[in-house]
Amino acid sequence: METLDNIQSVSKFIPELILIVFAIAVVISDFFAKGRRETLAIIALVGLIATLISVLAVSIGETGESLFMGMIKLDSFALFFKVLFIIATFATILFSVRLKEIADVHRGEYYALLLTVTLGMFLLASATNLLMIYLSLELVSISSYILSGFSTLKPQRSSETSFKFIIYGAVSSGIMLFGISLLFGMTGISNINDIGIILAGKASSPGEVYNLTILLSILFILAGIGYKTASVPFHQWAPDVYEGAPTPITAFLSVASKAAGFSLLLRFLYSAFAQPVAEGWSHIGEVNWPLILGIISALTMTVGNLSALLQNNLKRLLAYSSIAHGGYILMAAVVLTQQGVQYMLFYLLIYLCMNLGAFFVVILIADKLGSEEIDAYRGLRSRAPIVAVSMSIFLFSLTGIPPFAGFFGKLWLFGAVIEAGSHWYWLAIVGVINSVIALYYYVRVVKAMFLEESSETGSLSISRPHLVLLIIFVIPTILLGYIGQLWKLIPSSF
Amino acid sequence: MIPEGFPILLTLMWAIPVLGMVILMLIPNRNERAIKWISVLITAVPLILAIFIFINFDRFSQEYQYAGRVPWINAFNIHYSMGIDGISVWMVLLTALLDFIGAIASWGVSRDWAVGKSVKIYYVLYLLLEAGLIGFFCALDFIVFFVFWELTLLPMYFLIGVWGTEPRREGKIVRGGPYAAIKFFLYTLFGSVLMLLAILAVYFNSDPHSFDITTVKLIGAGPLAVLVWFGFFIGFAIKVPIFPFHTWLPDAHVEAPTPISVILAGVLLKMGGYGIIRVNLPILPEATKYLGTFLAILGVINIIYGALCAMAQTDLKRLVAYSSIGHMGFVLLGIASISDAGINGAIFQMLSHGLLSGMLFLIVGVIYDRVHHRFIVYPKDKELMQEWHLDPSLAGKPAFGGLGLKVPVYTGIVSLAFFGSLGLPGLSGFIGEALSLLGAFGRYKVLAIISVLGIVIGAAYFLWTIQRIFLGKLNPRYDKDAGGEEYDEEYDSHLTEINGRELATLIPLGVLVIVLGVYPSMALNIIKDSVALLLKTLI
Repeated sequence: METLDNIQSVSKFIPELILIVFAIAVVISDFFAKGRRETLAIIALVGLIATLISVLAVSIGETGESLFMGMIKLDSFALFFKVLFIIATFATILFSVRLKEIADVHRGEYYALLLTVTLGMFLLASATNLLMIYLSLELVSISSYILSGFSTLKPQRSSETSFKFIIYGAVSSGIMLFGISLLFGMTGISNINDIGIILAGKASSPGEVYNLTILLSILFILAGIGYKTASVPFHQWAPDVYEGAPTPITAFLSVASKAAGFSLLLRFLYSAFAQPVAEGWSHIGEVNWPLILGIISALTMTVGNLSALLQNNLKRLLAYSSIAHGGYILMAAVVLTQQGVQYMLFYLLIYLCMNLGAFFVVILIADKLGSEEIDAYRGLRSRAPIVAVSMSIFLFSLTGIPPFAGFFGKLWLFGAVIEAGSHWYWLAIVGVINSVIALYYYVRVVKAMFLEESSETGSLSISRPHLVLLIIFVIPTILLGYIGQLWKLIPSSF
Repeated sequence: MIPEGFPILLTLMWAIPVLGMVILMLIPNRNERAIKWISVLITAVPLILAIFIFINFDRFSQEYQYAGRVPWINAFNIHYSMGIDGISVWMVLLTALLDFIGAIASWGVSRDWAVGKSVKIYYVLYLLLEAGLIGFFCALDFIVFFVFWELTLLPMYFLIGVWGTEPRREGKIVRGGPYAAIKFFLYTLFGSVLMLLAILAVYFNSDPHSFDITTVKLIGAGPLAVLVWFGFFIGFAIKVPIFPFHTWLPDAHVEAPTPISVILAGVLLKMGGYGIIRVNLPILPEATKYLGTFLAILGVINIIYGALCAMAQTDLKRLVAYSSIGHMGFVLLGIASISDAGINGAIFQMLSHGLLSGMLFLIVGVIYDRVHHRFIVYPKDKELMQEWHLDPSLAGKPAFGGLGLKVPVYTGIVSLAFFGSLGLPGLSGFIGEALSLLGAFGRYKVLAIISVLGIVIGAAYFLWTIQRIFLGKLNPRYDKDAGGEEYDEEYDSHLTEINGRELATLIPLGVLVIVLGVYPSMALNIIKDSVALLLKTLI
């Protein structure tokens, strides 16, 4: 672990630079590519592929170097998330091509902004400095605000969404900034690893360290992170934004942006407010923040699931379901073990496939039938059998039923909690009861597709590339859990 | 110990139905005849394999047979491990037999109760169900066990929901296939997620961490062991089903199509009983002993409650469904006794109930296919009559009577199944109940005496049903000779004698009921050594 200075760092920063270059390239070619909007998507996709290659080239073999004098860190943890973000953005762009929901004149900004969000998430997953954390968080947020306003289906709704998003986002990032300033005030430094050492009492601090101040700082910071991961009680923006935003962006927010939030949560809280022990971490001093996190987790999944029960709009239903999934994922974060981190990342990977798949079906059906209501899905088994079967697989996987990957993901989330000992059993029990509640609303959709008849018959013609893309999501949703080798690729620490 | 190596034969048992699914998918939808024949042939293969395994089963060996395991996910010490002992060999045989018979009984899938619904998808789901069931009874690793356990849920949901009865309004609830299917799904999933936590708790409390069902143990009856015990127990109890988790059963059984009711009652319920014997007893021995009385009390409640509910039914299928609850109570009572006779009896009772309840549901199916209702006495509620597309003027009147004169062969078979179920000596039901009671009497005298009452009530409702349907005067609606005003020619013409295909499904089960009743050692000889081994770990 060495710290590189600014000049040395540039060569390790190429992936991010590529993203920036391509984002600008998309904007510039927007001037020239009138009438041929698909070129823009192709440029963005090429940019992502180039980024992926350079990320792998730069990161593999690195053992956690700090770049730019300790601003960001290049480790396998960040690498995992970067790959995840690239997949999510890639899928989002593919979803958006030819979609009526996005106006052709705005495609340039749209793709460019997707690339800048990706850049922000890259930085967020690797940031180790308070300033860098805040800056990258804002980069992600501000780009997302704009992206959520792109829908042409209900333009006013979409603008309202965007505005709501800004207000919530601004308030919670303001609160978080206050938490960060408390932290900085106590310790006088901005590197989170060093802060962790001071708060653990292993190094002297320029200021006084009070437990109450630490607690307040954690709570304030959790407000910012909880907003990104849509955790209760900072989740209220999510259903409205998810419903109003263009569906590809909804899919993106519910997967990538959420994953970015979790990467920040792990790195920030574990570095600053915990100290490494054998096979995990122990929280500092007398502030029992894992318990707070546990309560947030239990509340998040319960509120998410109970609210989802009442939804008739599938997009909104999936929004609440993704809030609930945030709660499940959080379960593995409360136990502060390396296994917990690994299980969490494993789940995020599976969640990426199944949730993107489910949203893709919503996109396809909304494009054909112009509706996101569950009623529109009636009789889909005879109208579009492949889509209906795929959707059922995604939904059953989200429920966590074998033989689908979602089961294996959930198995180890619960495993992390059970492993941590009997004082966390309550959380596991809340988790499993929630899984049963979740079944009810997922099955409502399956029921509409398979058990109910539609007044309209006649099959829906889904284009072949779309079907192929759908199958590409189905395959990992079935198989990911069975691949034992996968575990070797998932980092358990940073 | 499970030997290293791939369990080829047992894998084939569940892989062939899966392969069959793929074959069926390739056949065009309109080719219904081919689909049906191929499905029956595919279900015959596991049956032949099961018979082969049964014949070659070394009953003097206490090891798991045809067993093998290969590493699957090394990071968590998960193995793909399978094997069968004297207990599971019977369950596998029962599953293969009932699945084969069910495939034949599903012949009417396109004709009678599901016009316009795909025969192909029905059989594809049916085969998936079979794969799940067989895999479950062979699995010796908790993850494999759980995956197969849950694998049965999905096809069952669709089979009940899509091919079950049409939705109809009863009071405030819209009953029917979809309602029963979701109820079944939610109940079972609730049980299985608790079981999942229990599995994880066992895993993380074993050293080294292991999912191996044959070796892990949680000694003691401390809070952890009791908690884990309940995690497993609730999962299995919902499947059995044990009071108060039984309410999904009457709905699911009644709304499911006949062959699926057969599988539900004949095999699915056994998953619960088998699970308690395979998991709760050996893995949590002391907790089981500690909670034995609790288990026995639940068993007695099941017996009495199931019998009383059955007695109150006017719907023949509901009556049979409730009788299942009562009969499974004996399984629980036998297990609770933790004695040689009791556990042997419990397993024998599961086997016998599998055969008998299979027969009973097939019998109900025969009547339903002919007259499209299954009421012994028509309901008094006129709206309900309309929901069933029946003439409201008949409300409250008996639907049958004197049927023995019209359909003597059918009556004979019904009598066999009913007498077997009410525990007539010489038929298999008697042996299971008697052994369970024998075992229970050693430990819980009072409870055993109370549960005998269940047999009496059982005899009462079965005999009463025979009397109301088959004995007495011919119902004027189909008494042509009397020539009364009520004579209904259409109704009369529907009531035909049982046909060859239906006989083919019922006779094998009937023969086995008699054989096992006369010569129970055929089963007990194989079961008893495995039970003895199980008890050794318990006492």
